[in-house]
Amino acid sequence: MPHLLTYAIFAPLAGSAAIVLLVLLRPLLRLPKEQVDSASRLFALVSSGLSFALTLLLWAQFDGARTGPQFVDHAVWIRGFNIEYFVGADGISIAMIILSGLISFIATIASMPWWVHDDPQHPHFSKRMVPGYLALLLLLQGAMLGVFCALDFFLFYVFWELMLLPMYFLIGIWGGPRKEYAAIKFFLYTLAGSVLMLLAVIGLYYGSRSIPGVPLALADGTPVQHTFNMLALAQLGQRGLFQTLTSLFGYRFDRVVWLALFIGFAIKIPMFPFHTWLPDAHVEAPTPISVILAGVLLKMGGYGILRVNFGILPEATRFFADMIAVFGTINIVYGAFVCLAQKDLKKLIAYSSVSHMGFVLLGMAAFTPQALSGAMLQMWTHGIVSAMLFLIVGVLYDRAHHREIEGFGGLAARVPEYTALMGLAFFASMGLPGLCGFVSEFMVFYGTFAVYQTLVIVSASAVIITASYYLWTIQRMFLGKLNEKYRDLADVNWRERLTLYPLGALSIFFGFYPQAVLDLVNGSLQQMSHVLRGAF
Amino acid sequence: MPNAVEIHWAWLIPALPALGAFANATIGKKLQDRLGKGAVHGIAVGAMVLSTAVAWAYFAVMLGTPAEDRYLHQTLWPAFAAGSLRVDLAFALDPLSMMMTLVVTNIATLIHVYSIGYMAEEPSYWRFFSYMNLFVFSMLLLVMGSNFVILFFGWEGVGLCSYLLISFWYTDLDKARAGMKAFVVNRFGDFAFIIGLFALMWGLGGSWTGQKSGGLSLRDGYAASAVYAPLHDGATAAEAEAMTPREHGIAVGPTLDFRELRAEILAPETGILTHLKTTTIFGLPLVAFVCILLFGGATGKSAQIPLYVWLPDAMAGPTPVSALIHAATMVTAGVYMVARLNFLFALSPAAMTVVAAVGTLTAIFAAAIGFFQVDIKKVLAYSTVSQLGYMFMGVGVGATWAGCYHLLTHAFFKACLFLGSGSVILACHHEQDMRKMGGLKDHTPITRWTYAVATLAISGFPVAAGFFSKDEILWKTFTTENLAAPWIGPVLWFVGLVAAAGTSFYMWRSYYLTFWSGSYRGGSGHGEHAHGGEEGMHEAHAPRESPVVMTGVLLALAAGAVLASVLGLPSAWGFTPILESFLEPVTSASRDLLHFSEPGRGLELFFMLVSVGVATAGWLVAAWLYKTGENPRPAAWLAKYAGLHRVVFNKFYVDEIYAATILRAAMWVKDVAFWFDVHVIDGLVNFVGVVVRFVANVDGAIDRYVVDGLVNLTAEAVLASGRGLRKLQTGRIENYLMTALAGALAFVAINYLVH
Repeated sequence: MPHLLTYAIFAPLAGSAAIVLLVLLRPLLRLPKEQVDSASRLFALVSSGLSFALTLLLWAQFDGARTGPQFVDHAVWIRGFNIEYFVGADGISIAMIILSGLISFIATIASMPWWVHDDPQHPHFSKRMVPGYLALLLLLQGAMLGVFCALDFFLFYVFWELMLLPMYFLIGIWGGPRKEYAAIKFFLYTLAGSVLMLLAVIGLYYGSRSIPGVPLALADGTPVQHTFNMLALAQLGQRGLFQTLTSLFGYRFDRVVWLALFIGFAIKIPMFPFHTWLPDAHVEAPTPISVILAGVLLKMGGYGILRVNFGILPEATRFFADMIAVFGTINIVYGAFVCLAQKDLKKLIAYSSVSHMGFVLLGMAAFTPQALSGAMLQMWTHGIVSAMLFLIVGVLYDRAHHREIEGFGGLAARVPEYTALMGLAFFASMGLPGLCGFVSEFMVFYGTFAVYQTLVIVSASAVIITASYYLWTIQRMFLGKLNEKYRDLADVNWRERLTLYPLGALSIFFGFYPQAVLDLVNGSLQQMSHVLRGAF
Repeated sequence: MPNAVEIHWAWLIPALPALGAFANATIGKKLQDRLGKGAVHGIAVGAMVLSTAVAWAYFAVMLGTPAEDRYLHQTLWPAFAAGSLRVDLAFALDPLSMMMTLVVTNIATLIHVYSIGYMAEEPSYWRFFSYMNLFVFSMLLLVMGSNFVILFFGWEGVGLCSYLLISFWYTDLDKARAGMKAFVVNRFGDFAFIIGLFALMWGLGGSWTGQKSGGLSLRDGYAASAVYAPLHDGATAAEAEAMTPREHGIAVGPTLDFRELRAEILAPETGILTHLKTTTIFGLPLVAFVCILLFGGATGKSAQIPLYVWLPDAMAGPTPVSALIHAATMVTAGVYMVARLNFLFALSPAAMTVVAAVGTLTAIFAAAIGFFQVDIKKVLAYSTVSQLGYMFMGVGVGATWAGCYHLLTHAFFKACLFLGSGSVILACHHEQDMRKMGGLKDHTPITRWTYAVATLAISGFPVAAGFFSKDEILWKTFTTENLAAPWIGPVLWFVGLVAAAGTSFYMWRSYYLTFWSGSYRGGSGHGEHAHGGEEGMHEAHAPRESPVVMTGVLLALAAGAVLASVLGLPSAWGFTPILESFLEPVTSASRDLLHFSEPGRGLELFFMLVSVGVATAGWLVAAWLYKTGENPRPAAWLAKYAGLHRVVFNKFYVDEIYAATILRAAMWVKDVAFWFDVHVIDGLVNFVGVVVRFVANVDGAIDRYVVDGLVNLTAEAVLASGRGLRKLQTGRIENYLMTALAGALAFVAINYLVH
């Protein structure tokens, strides 16, 4: 099936457009609000589901042994600036594309008002301004897929910005009590990251030129002077072109550009000390948005570093590798300790993301095939598990309207199914073998120990802290005598089951058979490992 | 390498309990409500019986295989691979795994049956059996896994089940805390374990070492890796496998597979042995570093100093759980692991010394605490800690088979003791305090006799298996030449002997306090069942014997505790220990590395007499003090040495010391970290935020009149239904446009800079 990626990206975008069109036509057609809402939901489910189905098709057709991009669509977009529409999937992006499709669909289901208990005091986000919400959600989904698929740097940047805009509004409008603070904070960080990234993109563009062996040309064969083509840029970078360029502000060109890009991506990961937007954004965002935020958005940081920093600027990467590893370790341990101090359940989960994304940084910094694959797998498993965790928090918040850990107690007796699901997610997140968090952490440690022994030992201490904060949370919320206030708390309903059970099943499946994902990514990542270690 | 026998149904052994666990977890509650408890335990026990049958069948297959080929192997699927790392979900049954599998399946089946009686009044019956089956599944992964990863799957899985079952009655927060403590303390051990594992893999070299600072250099005389290291880059797992160099058919390099590891270490041609011995890490000898860390993992799981503190608290779980998990099977995982890696530990006298010394120290330390406990389960808990110490003594001094033999005999007699205590507890209406028991010999005759047999076994009388296993360990400890210095062995032997006397004393003490010492002193208490309220409330009546499902199991275990003697009748008596020859294919790995002096048969027989002598002494003292229940001396001594008693009774305040140091430090760090996050980092961010807002407002004021109309139009189109948009219209979207503006300016600026 040709143009598979393009369809997958544009299915949600088309859905979004359809909803906007519907809203615009509403006065003409004289549709009642409820019908517009229902129709929007239908559009959202269909387009998001279609996009997910297409990513599954990608999985089936992807050849993990090949290292180049597959499912390529390549055409000239803006000739004047050598900008192309260039999408494709290789081992670095395929797992993230599938993850993005999956999590987006789950988030769409979680945005439906099915079985939602009506409570006039606490209006549910899924019933407020529905078409606007869904249009933005779909826009976000399409843009996220676009970021992972784009192989033209300008296109990448366009999708990147396109993704931030709806996120900002989704938090700012449908969020919780401090949504404006959270949104502006998210925005501030994002602003800084985007500006830096834009500068770097432009810098690389003007730095690129044809060299022997790497002729630059557009999709139609027209030779050009500069290029946004990321694959071409990677080839130039691997041949050392960017090391030789005029230095900027007295520092080597490639290192300045590398840092600018890295900060942009590190904010997304989020890397210490750029992480404080995350807890606030999570706490205020509605559940499905948290799911997307943790499940997919954070991965863009890791993906961006692999694709751009590692791919295009390997020499600078080697220069900065020790720094990445140190920050990864700080993320892991510091994040875990901060988790221990949290009183708000959602904040705890948010900080646990900080801790777990540290493994991605640590693993990438080691350059070994095991650690790189482990880092990628960690992004995958974290996507599944953190999505599940945020859904689980949402279940409780929908009912109790607060998330204070100490405010519950003994819930296990009242909501056993919920407790079991929470336990599953917690244990998966703390890396219990047999659940999906373990193998990725194991691979990261295994591959990194050869390079950073002390850092691995320091990081591994997180296995103790992580177990402590999760078990302590379980104990405070679920064990002991039932808090009489929650005598009538309802257990999970079918909408929640629809999202939680698939994720739970996946977290077990990938606990025993992570090779299913590794088969997709190993080829490209080993190639990358080879390139990165080349100079040694 | 000798041949392996590929088998096809080994997966059934763990899968059946897994299926049982899954069934009871999902539909167990419905089954229990509609069909009664029979359906629940029908599934659970049925799964166990079938699993046990498969295990026996493979035992038969193994016996039919020549001894050197006894390696039954099955690969299910490749779990994960990257570069030269390759981990399969694979099972291997060699004699050691076979022994462990049989112990686990058989003892577990018996305890499942016992639980039918013991847990009969439990409302969450289905949950209990689901957890129990899940535990057996994990434990079987642990003992059957052919590589470190599957072992670790089981290792953590049993930890999870231990957590779930200790806090089974979770409405009691103390029990819930005990579960959490067990898990977290074990995580300290796991931490050490995985570091040891990674260090070992690093030490074995491989395609990725020598690539960056800190790794091995290919010039370090590691010939094998130099051959294939360049080949591995970018190779797929299958290619890497094909390219792996084979010295005399042996794969060289880092491997998580036990058999490959053993083969490459044992074959001198690979150069691995020399390499491991000469490598250092952080300035320490690598093998010692690795082994001590791996043993650190064992101290968690097997409750040794310094991580034993969780086990006594773990008695909060139902008694069958204590018997199965915290006595017979899970806690022996550390011993199994050390025995499994005997060829590695044998390389480092320092590590062997640590293992043996920690084991011995734990044996006497826990025995001392056991002296004064009044809770019958606590006595047994400390006794378990102490007996595990003996096992580590065995594997630590190089007597791998003796350690394993003690593991096996202990599984029988300790399960019997725990289940006996369960029977007693049930008879005394959930009372666990021995001071409120007494005189039960007439009320619960079967329990009493089985308890007596098991006590004979544990205290070391040559009528039951415990004697033979413990004595073999002590003898090997005396004659060992594998420790760091020659005098250590005899010293450990002496300490072990003293601990044996202590064991005999406190076990007989528990026996007399419970079953003799006058008449029944209890009323109706409820120690364990403090959860519901309705159940566990009984009219005060005389204790009565437990139902047949329970006493039958007690009889079977007591019989096992006696009959297991057959497996290890000592060579000093002219026998060839059956288990020793059975385990020979496993222990042969370290045969050439380990040495024992041979002071002669006469001395060995004499030492046996000494053993029996101290055991008898302990028994007699206990009988003298506690049999009648009228001897005033215990009370008088307690009063006289109240201070000492308080220290020992409170377990030397180890828990309190940990709480005041490690726990407090962690709590302090967490507070500091969060304070830093909120005040320093966020403080900076908020400051920047204020500045940016100020600039944005100034700019925005200029900007607003130009672009506002456009903004409203666009935004309304997207968010026509979004009335709430108005809230955001002031000062935010302009910011965004400012970004775009800044971007455009930057574009121009960079353009200028570059050209």
